[in-house]
This record gives sequence, structure tokens and C-alpha cells, in this order.
Amino acid sequence: MPSLGADMEAGTLVEWVKHPGDAVRRGDIVAVVDTQKGAIEIEVFEDGVLERTVVEPGTKVPVGTVLAVVRGAKDKATTEESVARDEVATAATTTERPARRRVTPVARKLAADLGVDIDRVQGTGSEGAITREDIERAAAQQAPSEPGRTAVPAAPAAPALPVPTSPDRIAAMRSAIAAAMARSKREIPHYYLSTTVDMSASLTWMRAENERRPVADRLLPAALLVKAVGLALRDVPELNGHWIDGRLRQAAGIHIGTAISLRGGGLVAPALHDVDAMDLTTLMRGLQDLVARARSGTLRSSELADATITVTNLGDRGVDATFGIIYPPQVALVGFGVIAPRPWVGPSGQLEARPVVTATLSGDHRATDGHRGGRFLTALNTWLQAPEKL
Amino acid sequence: MTTNDVRAAVLEALIRIAPEVNPTSIDPTRSLRDELDLDSMDFLNLVQALHRRLGVDIPEADYPQLQSLDGAVAYLTAKVAAIMP
Repeated sequence: MPSLGADMEAGTLVEWVKHPGDAVRRGDIVAVVDTQKGAIEIEVFEDGVLERTVVEPGTKVPVGTVLAVVRGAKDKATTEESVARDEVATAATTTERPARRRVTPVARKLAADLGVDIDRVQGTGSEGAITREDIERAAAQQAPSEPGRTAVPAAPAAPALPVPTSPDRIAAMRSAIAAAMARSKREIPHYYLSTTVDMSASLTWMRAENERRPVADRLLPAALLVKAVGLALRDVPELNGHWIDGRLRQAAGIHIGTAISLRGGGLVAPALHDVDAMDLTTLMRGLQDLVARARSGTLRSSELADATITVTNLGDRGVDATFGIIYPPQVALVGFGVIAPRPWVGPSGQLEARPVVTATLSGDHRATDGHRGGRFLTALNTWLQAPEKL
Repeated sequence: MTTNDVRAAVLEALIRIAPEVNPTSIDPTRSLRDELDLDSMDFLNLVQALHRRLGVDIPEADYPQLQSLDGAVAYLTAKVAAIMP
């Protein structure tokens, strides 16, 4: 059971997507695990063959428990999710498998969203399990757009798995956030810096860009801001990493956790991987996809475990500036407020209205000093003045 | 396509984005962003969904006209009529 963030202690195995004998490649989704953050798709981290599964669906096990054994490509058996705690897995109570059709949580949620009757869907997954693709196919076959049908939330066809908006899930997420944030405030000596960035160059460029882009590829300022953070981290890499065992471990990749608030309460901060190397179109699609999956409760394990820094953007809520709490063991958090017209002193001393944003940095003083943090905000500003390079 | 068809399409797209919202409770004259707590990503998703559903182009400069439900329906009905006389 992988740790999907500092606030996770246990997870419930929902289903195996791969089965003994199946070949797996690094990054393949092998299982679905239910956590406070919703159903998470667990990716395998090496190539090989799934030799056996250890944990039964329906079982809740602590982080570190062996879920399955993967025989590596080099023919030696290696345990997936590494930490060898086989005894925990066997000691854990197994609950009876529900006697109903196998439906992945993703599919169940999607079916409810699209008003698809699960009982009428033909499953094509392993052992006839109904997958997301099956639901999409069924939805496409339904009479196109019956507004009255989708307007009424479909009744769950079977006892539904907890979805992110259920009161239990919200309470569990709340306590997970409480644990992580309290730990952060207890352990991390934060310093806070802020700078005001003139956004006129970025917004002018983006508007022109959006005029010639198809609707599907239209950009939001958030994409430019996140990309600029990624590039500024190349300039000041000390803010990109984790504080582990009393020292800063800089990360090789720039994986930006983006704070996403969930309708109904709570938030998650899944990572966009290698942001500095992404073009804006890909980044924008990635952001949209991440928000959609965060809200439907279908994130992947690497997205929750890999973030090397977090960005939070409360500008849409009209907030001027946000001074965030670092998500341990990360060592920095970048915040953006609203982009709004403000008085600005132009190059020749004249006063004019320009769209500006307040960018803030919360830094871990154990890992870096304000001097380094200031250099980061300067670099961020510089990138945002040259949007064509983003 | 009638005004009612367009209204149904807009409501359908809104409910995909904000599933907890009861469509009959939306005040059609108020800002959708405030009424449904939409952020800019939600709003872009709405525009993209309406583009796919209705086949109309919605330039960014026209976003203010989609502020309320009534505004969006009027704007889109005119747009649809222009491409499908």
C-alpha cells in the first residue's frame, strides 16, 4: 500500500485491475485503492509479471503493506509497493466480497454522472467487470442528450462506494488535512514572501493566443502561472524537493502539486509531472484533466505521491493574496491571488491601471532562506514578463 | 433549435460541472459563477461543452454575455440561429 501523501495512514483495496499472470509495465494501473482522497488508481513501478496478489478486495491495510508480488523483468521476484510487511497483510481482516456485479469505482461514478443504468451495461473488463469505457460506450448509445434524464441525478444502481461528496468522505478528508497541516505548522518553520507581478504582458499574449486557438485548446492564466513556477524552479531548484531525515533532498523532476478544491468541501493537490518541460497546450489539458479527475475521485497514485512543490491559486475566489501552509515533506508552496486591475507606476513614472497578481512564497526555513526565496519570486516575475517563452 | 432546447443544453452542461445543483433553483438573472460557485476552469469547461453540443464558436471576448443563465440562453440562441437558419 503506497503512501499517497503525508496524511495517509491506510487504504482499502477496492479491486485488482491486473491479475496473476498478467504482464505489467511501469506506470500500468494494477489496482484501485479507496482513500480519504477518493478512489486512487495504483500504478506499478516496474516492468514484470504479476505473480500473485496478497491483499483481497475489500480489505483495509496500513501504508507499507505488501499488496502483490511482481516478478521483475530480470526474473527475480520483487515485492510491489516494496516495504516487506507481509504479516500485516495476512493479519488484516478480510471482509466478504460484495455479491454484486463488479464495477470499477470510476465507472460507478461516471454512470451516476451520465445517468447510465449499470444493470444494463455489458462489462468487458476482467471477470466481466464494468469499466469506464463500458459506461462511456453505454452513454454514447443512449439517445443523445435527453436533458430531462441527465438533469435528474440517477439513483445509484447498487450500494455505491463512498464518493468524495459523501459526509463520511468529507469528514475523513477533513481529518487527513488536519493531520497534515498541523504537522506542517508543528515541524516547519515557515517564512513568507510576496511580490506583485504585472500581468499585462502575459494576459495580452494569452488573449491573442486564445483568439486563434480552437475552443478545446483555450488557455487560462493558471496554465501560464504554473508553467512560470516550473521554469523559475529550474532557476532556483532548492525550493523543489523534500525535507527528509533532517536534510533537503532536491528533486530531479519538477512535479507541481496543484491545489484543487472539491465541490462539497475539502481539497487535494495532485501533481502535474515535469511541468518545466511541458508546452502550454499540454499543461492546460493536464490541468483540466487533473481537476476533472480530482472532482470525480479518480486520481493516480503517482499524482498523489510525487509532488515536489505545491501551487495554490485562490484568485478565482477574489482573494488578493494567499499565504499557504507547506505540504510536508515538501519545502515550499507558491500562492497566487486574484488577477485584477490595480494602480501601477509605469516605466516613465506615470500612473496607470494594469492587471496585476500577488505571488507569494511560503518557504521551509530549514531548507532555504528568504534570500533564496526572493530570487525565486524574481525569476517567476521575469518569466511572466516573457509569456512567449513559457 | 428553440430557446428551450438551448436552455436545456445549458442546464445539462451546468449539471455535469456542478452535479449537486438543482436546476430549478438557479436564478436565471444572476451570475452563474456566483450562483453555482464556478471557477474559471469550470467556466471554460462550460464553454467547451456548449461548443461541442451546439457547434457554435464562443470567443473569449463574448464571455461576459454568458454571465447569467438568461444571458447565456439569449446569446447562444442567436448564435445557433446564425449557423442553422
